[in-house]
Amino acid sequence: MYSDYIVGEPIADTKAPDGPIEGRWEARRFGVKLVNPANKRKLTIIVVGTGLAGASAAASLAELGYRVKSFCYQDSPRRAHSIAAQGGINAAKNYRNDGDSVHRLFYDTVKGGDFRARESNVHRLAEISVQIIDQCVAQGVPFAREYGGLLDNRSFGGTQVSRTFYAKGQTGQQLLLGAYQALQRQVDAGGVEMFARHEMLELIVADGRARGIVVRDMVTGEIETHLGDAVVLATGGYGNVFYLSTNAKGCNVTASWRAHRKGAYFANPCYTQIHPTCIPVSGDHQSKLTLMSESLRNDGRVWVPKAKGDTRAPADIPEDERDYFLERRYPSFGNLVPRDIASRAAKTVCDEGRGVGPGGLGVFLDFADAIQRMGRAAVAAKYGNLFQMYQRITGEDPYEVPMRIYPAVHYTMGGLWVDYDLQSTIPGLFVVGEANFSDHGANRLGASALMQGLADGYFILPVTIGDYLARGVPPMANDHPAVREAVTSVQERINKLLSINGSRTVDSFHRELGRLMWDECGMERTEAGLRKALERIPELRQEFWENVKVPGSADTLNQSLEKAGRVADFLELAELMCLDALHRAESCGGHFRAESQTPDGEALRDDENFSYVAAWEFTGTGQPPVLHKEPLVFEYVHPSQRSYA
Amino acid sequence: MRLTLKVWRQSGPDDAGRLVTYQVDDASEDMSFLELIDVLNERLILDGEEPVAFDHDCREGICGACSMVINGEPHGPQKATTTCQLHLRHFRDGETITVEPFRAGAFPVVRDLVVDRSAFDRVIAAGGYITAPTGTAPEAHSVPVPKPQADRAFAAATCIGCGACVAACPNGSASLFLGAKITHLGELPQGQPERYSRVLSMVEQHDAEGFGGCTNTGECAVACPKEIPLDVISQLNRDYLAAKTSKRKAGAAPAKS
Amino acid sequence: MVTLGQRATKPTARVRVTSLQLKLIMAVSGAILIAFLIVHMLGNLKLFFGATAIDEYSAWLRTAGEPAVPAGTLLWVTRIVLLAAVIGHIWSAAVLTGRAHRARPVRYVHRRPVNGSYAARTMRWGGVIIALFVIYHLLDLTTGTLNPHGVHGEVAANLIADFAPERWYVTLFYALAVIALAFHVRHGVWSALQTIGRSSAATQATLKGVALVFAVLLAVGFLSVPFAVMTGLVS
Repeated sequence: MYSDYIVGEPIADTKAPDGPIEGRWEARRFGVKLVNPANKRKLTIIVVGTGLAGASAAASLAELGYRVKSFCYQDSPRRAHSIAAQGGINAAKNYRNDGDSVHRLFYDTVKGGDFRARESNVHRLAEISVQIIDQCVAQGVPFAREYGGLLDNRSFGGTQVSRTFYAKGQTGQQLLLGAYQALQRQVDAGGVEMFARHEMLELIVADGRARGIVVRDMVTGEIETHLGDAVVLATGGYGNVFYLSTNAKGCNVTASWRAHRKGAYFANPCYTQIHPTCIPVSGDHQSKLTLMSESLRNDGRVWVPKAKGDTRAPADIPEDERDYFLERRYPSFGNLVPRDIASRAAKTVCDEGRGVGPGGLGVFLDFADAIQRMGRAAVAAKYGNLFQMYQRITGEDPYEVPMRIYPAVHYTMGGLWVDYDLQSTIPGLFVVGEANFSDHGANRLGASALMQGLADGYFILPVTIGDYLARGVPPMANDHPAVREAVTSVQERINKLLSINGSRTVDSFHRELGRLMWDECGMERTEAGLRKALERIPELRQEFWENVKVPGSADTLNQSLEKAGRVADFLELAELMCLDALHRAESCGGHFRAESQTPDGEALRDDENFSYVAAWEFTGTGQPPVLHKEPLVFEYVHPSQRSYA
Repeated sequence: MRLTLKVWRQSGPDDAGRLVTYQVDDASEDMSFLELIDVLNERLILDGEEPVAFDHDCREGICGACSMVINGEPHGPQKATTTCQLHLRHFRDGETITVEPFRAGAFPVVRDLVVDRSAFDRVIAAGGYITAPTGTAPEAHSVPVPKPQADRAFAAATCIGCGACVAACPNGSASLFLGAKITHLGELPQGQPERYSRVLSMVEQHDAEGFGGCTNTGECAVACPKEIPLDVISQLNRDYLAAKTSKRKAGAAPAKS
Repeated sequence: MVTLGQRATKPTARVRVTSLQLKLIMAVSGAILIAFLIVHMLGNLKLFFGATAIDEYSAWLRTAGEPAVPAGTLLWVTRIVLLAAVIGHIWSAAVLTGRAHRARPVRYVHRRPVNGSYAARTMRWGGVIIALFVIYHLLDLTTGTLNPHGVHGEVAANLIADFAPERWYVTLFYALAVIALAFHVRHGVWSALQTIGRSSAATQATLKGVALVFAVLLAVGFLSVPFAVMTGLVS
């Protein structure tokens, strides 16, 4: 279709067993080869990242007896960005007796992912969801409880059953602390060797297997190699390619991208989730976007002025001059339409020039009606902490003035391609959590990210990685040419970054890239826009390598250098994202392609041509990549068009 | 707005360090304090100077990475707010603001405003957990937890491990951090079997890291961005006393290797 | 180099008393001293019942316990207990202060505002002032060395001589010491309750109030005697 890539051989997930879907995970667990307990302590597993997936994996692997080396760029493993997840974690416990089941969670997730996820994986996720809650409660995660002492649930993200477990608005924090404490227990017991403030800069692939990583000690600048029998990446998503996102400032794609360059396929890179209720940008100085819980849409009404460029204070705009656009366009769901639809509708009205606040990038989320209906006290009881947070950031009182919200990049469904065993296309390289592409298809449901991260780390990886290790990993010399090559390339790259001494800062490149990606590869994409981005990105990348200014030296804490390495990789990833978005000429999930819509402007999925996972193979920077398609088969949940009108 | 910043600059652990004065003329009151440092850093880089190193990550008040002392107060003057969520509208135009790293013997300065808080990780490693290896958990509803206990455990568990309590304490004590974890796990039925061994090991590690003793000045609870209450320290004392005097102690404290 | 992630090597050879144990010693010894202060103050108030009342009380203190034990036994037992408490209190305070200085080796350039209480921040200097006062006080009214009257057993006369109007500076010094003591006791009582573990979120305000009222009563009780003497209320 396009000339900028090559279509290669299709790819298949060879590890997922056949048979009835309910029995596949059971079958796989029986099918794996086991590692003799006595041999486990001779095997070293490298785990990069200490979020939900990484910390739970490292702790669980150490509990099994493996020698684990765990790495994170933060000063403590407890700071990984899973900590910021607010809403909750789904589990098919059916504690509410409201008709929930493993099958329903499976069904909702496949449907929510707009039929772009693997059925086998999603079913396994739904099965494991119940064990996760048990595990976390046993660890002392203080979930919300009812007066009877049993766990409370809420409904979340448009589902019709209450299956979300939560700890106020800090569920991610509490789950991560549970995993972190399990990890620290293993650190103390000697099962895990922890390397905080160490950033992975290269993957070592020797004789076709992932055998180690090259890291930089971010305090001393020392370049170290760590070798092992398998490598696990739990390095999160790449939403920061957009510069402004709800991700932590340090979140980056470097570990995944380095693995991609070494042969791991990157799947569905263009699948990005945009969250509708974030606090809008207030100026050029903006460094990140803050998410507010989606639950606000339960009682707030979204509107903009009917007239363009109306700058009156919201209270001065009479009722008949307001456009409650979600209620107007989607009468049955109103303000509660799914994330992607709410986000896109907000963008549409802002593009029409009807946005509010600085720069016209915002819509009102108005609680006046709710305050009148329920009373101020009831609104405060329900949303008090969110209102407080909003006021802290904007200086405006949402009890008096409507909130302003705007969509922001929140999560990336795409990631490194993995099979049912969570193994990438490089043998011995496993990828867990947001870093892999696996379970959310083209759109992630609310409260599912925490579930997936913990399912991968606690329950799936510890079983499947054993199968790889049990089959034997040949011994390798510490001075294998692949090791030397990896170290040299890292050092050369650092020296290059420090020696350019140009006239633009790393952040200025990152901002420009982010703006370009947001405009052309964000909520709504067009062929023309994507082609424009595909032209501009290589230019920007070239300018970066000629004109970036990175002060300081390599042998000390150098935050500019850290950022420069990350942005350099974003500049390569961005191109692949745009290419993936361009080739996928359909609208699906969080990805709206302007050329593929129904007559009334809704997303139009194209199952005939695009019911596959796009797994990209790297061939060289700026070189056309190879597309491997993994066809998706739906035996249990039959594809249907979503409708929220 | 115009602000004068006096920022602690220290090139490494062995450098003596000093305050350096910078002028920022193009600050906006909608900026967060960290965005102010971003603006300063962009200018420093273009002027060929090294930017100010500081810890930060989530910038939404939950990761606990940001760690500066602003005008003598950890995380600055606004109550219950981390530095990343502190906005410049809380300062006056033309104000001079002093920015220093967290000061504590157990938190050595790495560079500029960055300190090493790994002592906290080691205090947790010493016993700040419930031993529940993956796969061993009973059904979640098998042990009900009374709501008041669950709520108190949660309130204590919201500690973000930033270290402001230590930075604020004239004794450099981490008792609030320690008490928060002791209270979180000690309130839950799941935390009971290790309750005594936990407090003994964690207190021992706390002291071994060089944190000072608590004299109940109450500075920590005021500085805490998550408003962890002072009574967690009381809980810590109570559990410690019980552990020291209890017959269960001998059996409950496994030898640490 | 900064080592991250590994557990600090514990000081193995030295048997160390944890800071929490030291705090407990502070609390228990402080409680003993406060019990003494209450009894002492009540004894002082006997002056208001006449010179004979306080002199007889003073004599009784020496003979209490007779004839079960020889005269002076209970007095000396009490003195030994008090001395032990004072030593324990000062020793713990000294060790804790040393640790606090090591735990906070570098001061902030910008002085921190006091967000807790001033009473809490003045415990150490307050303690030193009180210790100096106690030495003077013993020389003045126990041994009589520094007392202008200084006759053993004539408590009332000693007091009246001591706090005579022309010796206003003695009264002033005494008053300052008692106020320092009240500050010390106010934070000390609350802190001891916190340390021994009887403070919770719900009771904290009450406990602080109790500590304050107690400190004020103690100060008023102790100050009433010299002021009564100085103003001629008692003569």
